[in-house]
Amino acid sequence: MSGGCGRNPPPFPDNEDQEAELDTRVLDSDEDDDDEGEDIFTIARSKPITPTSAPDEGDIFSEEGSYIRSDVHHATNGLHSDDELDLFTEATVELTLTNTTSQGRREIIGPTASACNTTHVPNSILKPSIVTKTMEELEEEESGDQFELNIAVTNPEKIGDGMNAYMSYKVSTQTTLPMFLNKTFSVRRRFSDFLGLYEKISAKHSLLGFIIPPPPQKSVVGMTKVKVGKEDSSSAEFVEKRRAALERYLQRVVAHPSLLQDPDVREFLERDELPRAVNTQALSGPGFLKMINRASDAVNKMTIKMNESDNWFESKLQEVENEEQLLRRLHAAVDSLVNHRKELCSNTAVFSKSVAMLGSVEENSALSRALSQLAEVEDKMEQLHQQQAFSDFFILAELLADYVRLLGAVRCCFEQRMKVWQRLQEAQSTLQKKREAEAKLLWANKPEKLQQAKDDINEWESKVSQYERDFERVTCTVRKEVLRFEKEKARDFKQHIVKYLESLLHTQHRLVKCWEAFLPEAKAIA
Amino acid sequence: MTSISEDSDKEKVRSVSVDLNNDASLIIDIPDALCERDKVKFTIHVKTTISSFQKPAFSVPRQHEDFIWLHDTIVETEEYAGLIIPPAPPKPDFEGPREKMHKLGEGESSMTKEEYAKMKQELEAEYLAVFKKTVQVHEVFLQRLSSHPIFRKDRNFQIFLEYDQDLSVRRKNAKEMFGGFFKNMVKSADEVLISGVKEVDEFFEQEKTFLLDYSSKIKDATAKAEKMTRSHKNVADDYNHISGALNHTAADNNTAFKKHLEKSAEVFEKLRKLEDRVASDQELKLTELLRYYTRDIQAAKDLLYRRARALADYENSNKALDKARLKGKDIAQAEENQKKSLQKFDKLSESGKKELTSFKARRVVAFRKNLIEMTELEIKHAKNSMSLLQGTIEILNSN
Repeated sequence: MSGGCGRNPPPFPDNEDQEAELDTRVLDSDEDDDDEGEDIFTIARSKPITPTSAPDEGDIFSEEGSYIRSDVHHATNGLHSDDELDLFTEATVELTLTNTTSQGRREIIGPTASACNTTHVPNSILKPSIVTKTMEELEEEESGDQFELNIAVTNPEKIGDGMNAYMSYKVSTQTTLPMFLNKTFSVRRRFSDFLGLYEKISAKHSLLGFIIPPPPQKSVVGMTKVKVGKEDSSSAEFVEKRRAALERYLQRVVAHPSLLQDPDVREFLERDELPRAVNTQALSGPGFLKMINRASDAVNKMTIKMNESDNWFESKLQEVENEEQLLRRLHAAVDSLVNHRKELCSNTAVFSKSVAMLGSVEENSALSRALSQLAEVEDKMEQLHQQQAFSDFFILAELLADYVRLLGAVRCCFEQRMKVWQRLQEAQSTLQKKREAEAKLLWANKPEKLQQAKDDINEWESKVSQYERDFERVTCTVRKEVLRFEKEKARDFKQHIVKYLESLLHTQHRLVKCWEAFLPEAKAIA
Repeated sequence: MTSISEDSDKEKVRSVSVDLNNDASLIIDIPDALCERDKVKFTIHVKTTISSFQKPAFSVPRQHEDFIWLHDTIVETEEYAGLIIPPAPPKPDFEGPREKMHKLGEGESSMTKEEYAKMKQELEAEYLAVFKKTVQVHEVFLQRLSSHPIFRKDRNFQIFLEYDQDLSVRRKNAKEMFGGFFKNMVKSADEVLISGVKEVDEFFEQEKTFLLDYSSKIKDATAKAEKMTRSHKNVADDYNHISGALNHTAADNNTAFKKHLEKSAEVFEKLRKLEDRVASDQELKLTELLRYYTRDIQAAKDLLYRRARALADYENSNKALDKARLKGKDIAQAEENQKKSLQKFDKLSESGKKELTSFKARRVVAFRKNLIEMTELEIKHAKNSMSLLQGTIEILNSN
């Protein structure tokens, strides 16, 4: 994606043939008339964004189809694309996004399209008030999910033997989204496929300020045990932990409206055979962390102060960092709980056996019977503790671990924005230098070099404006992303806490049953 | 209630926490205890109608060491060889709370006011729990003595209850007199019992086998119960930390989600209290029960041991008599010895049988009572947990 020429959006990528075709038409409509392009924006912007909101030049179609421009009149647009415009004035709206190389980018959430029109506004026209307006509207609109998409990762199977063995997981999708070929389908994937997906997504989207869900972590120890064929509870636990983590990862990816549109994601879900992902080493758990740390270091080295129009970014980043620390602490506490509960579980089992032995020696027959009943109760307790430890881990601990890593991804997001700003700064200073050079040449009266200087200046002017646009876009995206993330986080946490409390409730309920069954036995001692 | 053979009107049912003060003629309890530095001072309160006491009601302060002195003197008393001597109360162990108090003192500066107050509260609760345990076990010791027809008349017991000055002088004398002689012997009781003399009496043979087996199993069960209780306490501790961490996260949060976090912190705090109660009730009813009977079984084994020794003595005296008859010397002396040791042995056997039988009954009753109480408490706590959780889930869902 290059800066391109002037204010035209960059050409669309090849793999979106259908879209490209349509888009060029739309493009043409604007090409001659930049002002009108702007007009479209102005009109679109000032209208209250309704579900049938106005698209603009950046619109791209997916296979889903049509989009609407009911409110926007291109009367002033005297281009041949009038016909095409009529084509588009249909009732249903499904604004879609494709991959991020296009300049135009919007969220899709079924029929309720939201538009961050600010992404299309050429540089200087951006005004803060509009940003907030769009954001509020975005927040309202995001709730309208009409299409369904459910993903499950199940059936782990070991393929192969020895050190070349790997686990294959079944990824099943059930959806009503028209962009998929079927309503229900499944494929088999292995762990490196997931990492490969992350790599592709990250390469495309992270530079634009999206929060990319981090993939589950690689584990040499865990996998080796599985490969070696150790059929014990710890390797079963490992596989289950991984399966659940992969499922959550995919669910987060598809919950992100932009990422869902990514063809790589669709391919991952749909295509029968995926080419083996190579180079996934760098983006595994430790690799990912390294990347974050490197990014942080880089940012720290930049002792630049950004000119922030509002404090939002600074304070938000601080919030994110604080929260990450707090969640780490919380996670450590829950981890401790899981371990102690497991200890309780094994101690209870041992105690149960001991009581059984005592009961067998007891000469009083009623007491003896009661003691062996007690041993059975304690045995059931052990199972309850075991299951509760499972819930402790999978509902609470993994949630917290996921969010610690997600917050790291959010930080990355902020850092990307900084990088973009950095680039803008550098371009601006280069432009300045070029201008100075030109001035010098004028002064020194060297006309042959002047043309070159002028060309240079033009080149850098356009770069600067491109980078300005980029920066505005990233800023807008990061803001949106953070808001979306926070909402999702709050919802996620609430859901999980409730689920966890329900698991505790269930355990206590079973506890009551066990002891109530024992009570008459105790009373029967005589 | 099982039928208690012989002397049932005299024999009272004894159990760990059953009220042993059934006989109004001598009522003992420990209403109060003070903890200083290393020592615990128990206040013994006595109400009596027995004339040999100077006053009908009075109190004395006693230290743990005084109890041990009393126990030792009773053990050393020859007359009581045929009785199961109530096990001495274990030394009060305030190590846990003391450590915590230390930590609290050190960390005071680094904690917030709420954290400090919370930790202090926990510390006090733990102190109280240890306190309750040690008071109970000392009380039961005295009550076993007071409710036993023979022990209650023991002179030293009276001194213990009445002597209005410090007993430490007496304690020193006692040590010099007995020098722990008997105690050292008892250590090898197991070996004597196992290897020992041929048992003529079926009852005692059975008892021996039973007690040896039971003793090792109950010791094992006690240790495992202790571990289990400790795990429970660890889980409660974790709930506490989670609650604290949630509160911190809530404090930093400024969205509507803050309320959820606060509510969750609250529920974990309450769960912690409940889990703590479960752990301490389990300890009091189950672990303490097992601990007490481990000691009591040991006391019963000691009785068997003493009887076995008496049997050995008797057999030796028989041999000596035969030898004397052969030699034709000191026959009368030998005969006298033989008669004496037979008497002693018979006496031990007779009272031993009684004691062991009532011990059985006592044990069964104690187990029954404690198991019922523990179960009822477990059910109660679990039901409380359930309503707490249900309430919280409703609140969270409705928001």
